[in-house]
Order: sequence, then C-alpha cells, then structure tokens
Amino acid sequence: MTGQAKAGRPFKLFRNLNSKIASIPMILTAMVIFLGGTVWTVVYSFTNSKLLPRLNFVGIEQYQRLWAAPRWVVSIENLAIYGILSLIFSLVIGFMLAALMDQKIRFENTFRTIFLYPFALSFIVTGLVWQWILNPEFGVQAVVRSLGWTSFSFDPLYTSEIVIYGVLIAALWQGTGLVMCLMLAGLRGIDEDIWKASRVDGIPMWRTYLFVVIPMMRPVFITTLVIIASGIVKVYDLVVAQTSGGPGISSEVPAKYVYDYMFQAQNLGQGFAASTMMLVTVAIIIVPWAYLEFGGGRKRG
Amino acid sequence: MADNIALKAVNDGDTSLQKGAVSGPAGPKPRPVVSARNIIVYGTLFVAAVYYLIPLYVMVVTSLKGMPEIRLGNIFAPPMEITFEPWVKAWATACTGLNCDGLSRGFWNSVRITVPSVIVSIAIASVNGYALANWRFKGSEFFFSVLIIGAFIPYQVMIYPIVIILREIGIYGSLTGLIIVHSIFGMPILTLLFRNYFVSLPEELFKAARVDGAGFWQIFLQIMLPMSLPIFVVAMILQVTGIWNDFLFGVVFTRPDTYPMTVQLNNIVNSVQGVKEYNVNMAATILTGLVPLVVYFVSGRLFVRGIAAGAVKG
Repeated sequence: MTGQAKAGRPFKLFRNLNSKIASIPMILTAMVIFLGGTVWTVVYSFTNSKLLPRLNFVGIEQYQRLWAAPRWVVSIENLAIYGILSLIFSLVIGFMLAALMDQKIRFENTFRTIFLYPFALSFIVTGLVWQWILNPEFGVQAVVRSLGWTSFSFDPLYTSEIVIYGVLIAALWQGTGLVMCLMLAGLRGIDEDIWKASRVDGIPMWRTYLFVVIPMMRPVFITTLVIIASGIVKVYDLVVAQTSGGPGISSEVPAKYVYDYMFQAQNLGQGFAASTMMLVTVAIIIVPWAYLEFGGGRKRG
Repeated sequence: MADNIALKAVNDGDTSLQKGAVSGPAGPKPRPVVSARNIIVYGTLFVAAVYYLIPLYVMVVTSLKGMPEIRLGNIFAPPMEITFEPWVKAWATACTGLNCDGLSRGFWNSVRITVPSVIVSIAIASVNGYALANWRFKGSEFFFSVLIIGAFIPYQVMIYPIVIILREIGIYGSLTGLIIVHSIFGMPILTLLFRNYFVSLPEELFKAARVDGAGFWQIFLQIMLPMSLPIFVVAMILQVTGIWNDFLFGVVFTRPDTYPMTVQLNNIVNSVQGVKEYNVNMAATILTGLVPLVVYFVSGRLFVRGIAAGAVKG
C-alpha cells in the first residue's frame, strides 16, 4: 500500500499525495511544535532573555539562579512529596478498589460510576471544592469541633508544613477512579484458571494477589505508573485553584513557577530554564520506561 | 479468605459449571448473602463511595443555602431553606474584576472554544489516523513516533514558542488561536486512537475498495467513516471533557473577555476583593462541572472506553 499508482510517476514526492497532504498537520505539529518548540525553549534557557526572547547566551546562569531560588527549591520539594505519595496512594487505593470490585459484586456499575465521576471534573472544580471542604472556619475542622472535640485541628490549606497534603487529598479524590478502572481492566485480563489453581492449592486470596496476580499485571502497573507520573509533573491547575501556591510559597509547584515567570514576572530566561528542568524530570521517568518497553523491541514493533 | 477454601471443597464437584461464568477471583457462586467476606467487601466499597460522593453533596447543599445559614451551620447539613438565588447570581451577576455579568459569558466562551476545537481536532486526527493505517509513506511512522513522544513533553516547554508563532500570524489572544492550540495538543492521543482503530479493521475491506478503483478520500468517506461511529463518539467524549476542563491554555492563549469558563470560575472564586460568598462560589463550581458531568453520566461505558484509550498512549 505504498503508493497510488500513477501513470508516469513524475516525482517520488507526489506518490501517495493525498496521504501526505492529510498528514501535513501531524508533520507540522510533530516537527515544528513538539520538536522545534522543545529545542527552541532549551536553547533559549541558556540566554538572559527578560521581557523578550534574545539570543544572548549566558551559559548556565539561569539554572544557577533557578536552583538558588527558594521558591524553585520549595516547588521541587513539593513535587517530590506530592509525586511519591500520590503514586503510592493512587496505586494502592486504586488496586484495592479494583480488587474489591472484582469480587463479582452487585451494583458494580453504580460503584464504578461513583468512583470515576470526579475524573470527569476539571482540576479547577476539584481544587475549589476541596478548598471549601477544608476551609478551617466552616469545613471539616469546624464541623468536628462543633461536635465537641474543640481542640481538633485539621487545617492543611493554611498551614504551610502540611499544605501539600491538602492538595494531595484533592488529587487522590480526582484521580484514583482512573487508576481503579485501569487496574480493574488488568484484573479482568487475568486467566480464571489462575484463581482456580490457587484455590486448589489452598493459597489464601491475599497471597494469590500479592505473589501471583500483581506480578502478572506488571505491564498494567507500569502503564499506570507512567500515566500518573507524567500527570504529576504537569500539576498546575489544582494548585492554582486550591491554594494559589500559598500560604506564602509553601505549595508552589514547578509548572506554576514556569507560568509565573513566563507570563507574569516577564523573566523568560527563568521560565525557560524551569520548563527545561520539567522536561528533564519527565525524561528521567519516560526514558527508562520506554527503554524497558520498546528497547530492542524492533522485533515486537 | 478461609471460607473460600471450605466452599471450594464443597463445590469442587461442579466447577465445570463455572467455566463459562464471568471471570474474576471470587469463589463458587452459591454462598450466603450475609457473610464476613461480604460485609468487608460491601462495607469498604460503601465507605469509599461515601468519600467520593461527599464533595458533590457538599457542593450542591452549599449552593442551595443562604449566606447566614452557611455562617451558622456546618457544611454537611442539608439546607433549612432552599434558595436558588446563588445559582442565579453565579450565572448572571458574579463579578470578575470589573465585569459583573457572571459565569454566563465564560460558559458561552467555552462553548465557542469547545465546539470548533472538537470538530477540527477530530477531523484532522481521523484523516491522519486513516492515512497512517492504510496509506503509509516513507517517514510516516517516524513523524508519528515524534508525535507520540511529544505527548509526554510538559506543555510548559512548548507554550512560549507557540505564543510567538501565533503572535507572528496575528491570532494570539483570539479564539482561533486557542482552537489551533487545542487541535495541536489533542492530536497525539486522537491520532493514536484512530490509527489503532483503522488498523484493526479487516484489510480486505480496504483492498477490495482499492481494486474497485476508490481513492483516498472516497474510501475514507464512504467505507471507513460509516464503520467507525463508536470511535468517533469515544473521541468526542475525550475531547469535550478535556477541552472544557482545560485551564492552562485558556489562561495563556485568551484575553479576559474571551476567557473560558474554568478560568473565569477561578477568577470569581479566588478573587481577593469583596466578601466571600461561598454559596455563589459553589453554584458557580457546579455550573462549570456540569457539562463534563452530563457527558460522563450520559456516555457511561463509552467514557470508560475513552479514558482507557486515552490511557494507553505511548
């Protein structure tokens, strides 16, 4: 199916012309925006661009300044805490819900609908709802106190040490449904005979899960991991809606740093350097995975 | 579970009957309705379901209360007096900065952004997926790989070059610019979706059409399109919710008077001036979440398919 047969075939380029025309948007997007844009940003991260991008190379000065900025360091710390915890919790909760859903239960569709609906909502909506629920004056803290436990204190959004956990609660509410769905699909792919065999051998169910089923679901886990991880690096709207980075700078995240420096502080160089660091972070996650999945996968491809 | 083993011994004889049953880890079917196992399973699921439902409940309840009642009571209590005033205010008169025409403007902006973006992105991606599946040319797979890898690059890395390009063309800040941006960033996942779908169709179909002399567009419009309605619906669900929920592109690529609903909602709720009207804020939040929620509840299983398809990228 390589070419549309044409009498004479004037140029090789014009063979299969319609298909090439149809692919122009993709080629432009891939080469100009994705590849070109990325290279452009990385190159300009080595310049001292302020209000406008200028090719005034200053070496790694922007990166030195970036890593010296307390706000960036806080952002990275937050991303690390948020990232690791949300990976662990969403995998554990998602898997446990999926395992429960896989017990031939009744009302499975109802439960699935309930667990997944937050995923349809935007991060802005999620952030604002949880901002309200965690409101210290009216929310959970006030309700528990009004029940008689007057010294109860749960005020993540206005306490800088734990604010990122407040964001985490909202993120888990929004995202675990998706993990549950992916895991459930994985569990449904496990051969029924595995369960029969383990029952015949008298292996308790939790051991079957831990030592047989989970290792068998490795590809599902890895895919889920990559999806969650690349979502974590991009986290932006949720923080903007829920805390606006506050109190102070204690819930800043890298994506917000990039936006603020590019479009508010008019310090493009810093924004480019920070976004390049985000790219590096993603590459650290993606490259080993891609290598494992597709490395030497020419045969499979 | 211990009782599984016991039950297994009892029911071992009829496992052959279970062969065709739904796959899953649970033991043989006949078992008492109230068992320790069931209590644990349903109990845990019920508690989890309550946790997932509470925010929706709190949103609705708060939006139906008056401000005095909110100041007095707790956020979980149902409203004593139901009022729809917050909803009216959120829709028609809530203020963002100097504009006081409520969320309605953001809603219509979002409609004007979402509808063309969904159509354009799906049109481009479906034709493109079809070309990649049936009309490969030298380099097509390479460009496709770059596109898919690009899906993992944080948007922040590519945003500024796009700003420059759009500014050069003269459409930076306009809805057209934002529609282009949505089409660009929707492309990897949609193209993958359509390509995989068209690859899965029987090749004989395509070959037969070729033998009969049909060309690129004819095969696409007359044979492929009618066969691929479900995948178009999946793509639409994916795009409508994705674009409606977008915040970053909206805030970067539009001006205040063309802000989409999410951006306007955030500005209303997180504005520092004035007294906080929590009931209006919650009504506005529900209004913004309503479109994707309706899509979700109406589409049901297709939504799950859509996100599962969206999830396998890479």
